[in-house]
Amino acid sequence: MSSVAPADLPMKGGAGELEVTVESEAPTKTGRVKRRLTSRGATAAALIIAVLWTIPTFGLFISSFRPAELIQTTGWWTIFQNPGFTLDNYQDVLLGTSQSSPQLGAYFVNSLFIAIPATIFPLTFASMAAYAFAWMRFRFVNALFIFVFALQIFPLQMALVPLLQIFSTWLKPGQQWLHDLIPIIPVQNYLPIWIAHTIFALPLAIFLLHNFISEIPGEVIEAARVDGATHGQIFFRIVLPLAVPAIASVAIFQFLWVWNDLLVALIFSGGTQDAAPLTQRLAEMVGSRGQEWQRLTAGAFVSLIVPLIVFFSLQRYFVRGLLAGSTKG
Amino acid sequence: MTTGDLLGKILQLVIGLAVFAVIVGLLIFFIDKAPKKGRDYWQLFLFLLPAMFLLALGLIYPAIRTTGLAFLDKSGNFSWDNFIWTFTQPAAIRTLINTIIWVLLVPTLSTALGLAYAVFIDRSRGERYYKALVFMPMAISFVGAGIIWRFVYEYKSAGREQIGLLNAFVVAFGGEPVQWMQTDPINTFLLIVVMIWIQTGFAMVVLSAAIKGIPTEQIEAAALDGTNAWQRFQNVTVPGIRGSLVVVLTTISIATLKVFDIVRTMTAGNFNTSVIANEMYTQAFRASEIGRGSALAVILLILVLPIVIYNVNVLRKQREIR
Repeated sequence: MSSVAPADLPMKGGAGELEVTVESEAPTKTGRVKRRLTSRGATAAALIIAVLWTIPTFGLFISSFRPAELIQTTGWWTIFQNPGFTLDNYQDVLLGTSQSSPQLGAYFVNSLFIAIPATIFPLTFASMAAYAFAWMRFRFVNALFIFVFALQIFPLQMALVPLLQIFSTWLKPGQQWLHDLIPIIPVQNYLPIWIAHTIFALPLAIFLLHNFISEIPGEVIEAARVDGATHGQIFFRIVLPLAVPAIASVAIFQFLWVWNDLLVALIFSGGTQDAAPLTQRLAEMVGSRGQEWQRLTAGAFVSLIVPLIVFFSLQRYFVRGLLAGSTKG
Repeated sequence: MTTGDLLGKILQLVIGLAVFAVIVGLLIFFIDKAPKKGRDYWQLFLFLLPAMFLLALGLIYPAIRTTGLAFLDKSGNFSWDNFIWTFTQPAAIRTLINTIIWVLLVPTLSTALGLAYAVFIDRSRGERYYKALVFMPMAISFVGAGIIWRFVYEYKSAGREQIGLLNAFVVAFGGEPVQWMQTDPINTFLLIVVMIWIQTGFAMVVLSAAIKGIPTEQIEAAALDGTNAWQRFQNVTVPGIRGSLVVVLTTISIATLKVFDIVRTMTAGNFNTSVIANEMYTQAFRASEIGRGSALAVILLILVLPIVIYNVNVLRKQREIR
């Protein structure tokens, strides 16, 4: 393994470089000669790839602002010959009240309300476990840690059927009870998706946070212990604050993973406005109304806007988390 | 969505977070109040408890049960039928073949494209903007990517103006428009294009970082020896980033084996485009063929297992060094 090994991807060595290169122009190591290895031909090729990679998204974006009849009859690249601009598509998919409207507003709320706890829960439990793995040394712990590491590549498909059975046996009565107690909370609530996402996030989050937490100098922990701090205090007052950069990276990755997920939602959300996220609604729209491009284009952008904002504003954390977590699922 | 619905959802969020805070608070309380005797063991146990309990309940037990279900027929007796079905039914065989095509093409092509792009833009002006453009697809959902590309592949009958970019090109060059998503076998390759579109950015970012890690002296020495750019690429760059290439290839292979959303969104596995992960979902949750779905999940696990074992070995070596 030269500069980037799987276990190193998170936040040491290799990842430091990644961050630098994404954030800034080529690193200016002393004496590095700014000699271009590549020619004009290479620049042209790079330009072509960049354009090819951008055009599909760009076309969808342009189309989402075009009136329905123009989308259906003319290509988006003829926008100057067939001008037309409207916000109706967004108005319709987000706020439309007609029976046929996708009513994405409700699903947007679901996506958000699923993703926030499904980020907080696993990160809390994972950082606790990571602390235990890093600072409490017992023999069997090492084997257990390697086992947890192996679980992160494990296909989710292996867990879905039995987990759904467990939930319908043990969770359903509780959901029903809560609905009877507070009628505005639907029977099909977020709980199963929260728990499912929490479980599936743990192996990766534990591994990444452990890598970081075990790098905290041992003297810091020892000093606190000598001063009589309990493990609970050390964890909350020392370890968590020091691990904030790592937690931020993992949190962003996990948030987007949940936001972009379709499989877990399909199985645990029930598929209605009550709990289903945007991705599930969009996939359903493609299936049932795959020709209504005025809705699909605008709908797709409603779901893309959050990841794109995260991507462009938190690129550094995002890249670090994503690269570290790309084997998940 | 009525105001009541929204209130209910907000209430759920608040209750959920509050209950969670109470659970964590209780745990910390018991951790600090752990009995003096064997205190470290108790505290370790409690720190690990929530995560290990959830993993046992939500991953390990289900995995064992899924393996069991794969060997049961509908009446609950042991049988190999589910696996026999997977390897004999034409549709199921096609699913396996498609998965193999995916896993051969996506990692190799994404890595090749990502590497080429990383080399081309290395130390060029505006490198970070070049990177952002190609990396952006990694941020969005596979469902969103599926919609973006369905629009590119959109078909209108001959004679009408094409609104999909691909058919517009075909028609501009005098061809007949094609129903891309319904045409076997080209539809599978067009779905693969979507995955390559997403994964190239990942390969590019990792490999670009690795390329920057190669000492400049090596490249300069090679240049002084009178080598051309291609020779330097072959003999200096590629050997220098071999480790990263392995990581990128295995990572994309895993992602490709598990690909579900793209197929689900774009064709739902119809027209001979299904892959294992999609077929697993269809069988277990749409057709109520739990046994067959479980067998497909087990096959998926077996396909991923070599990579898991390889990565575990790498990790163990690294931990021994420490």
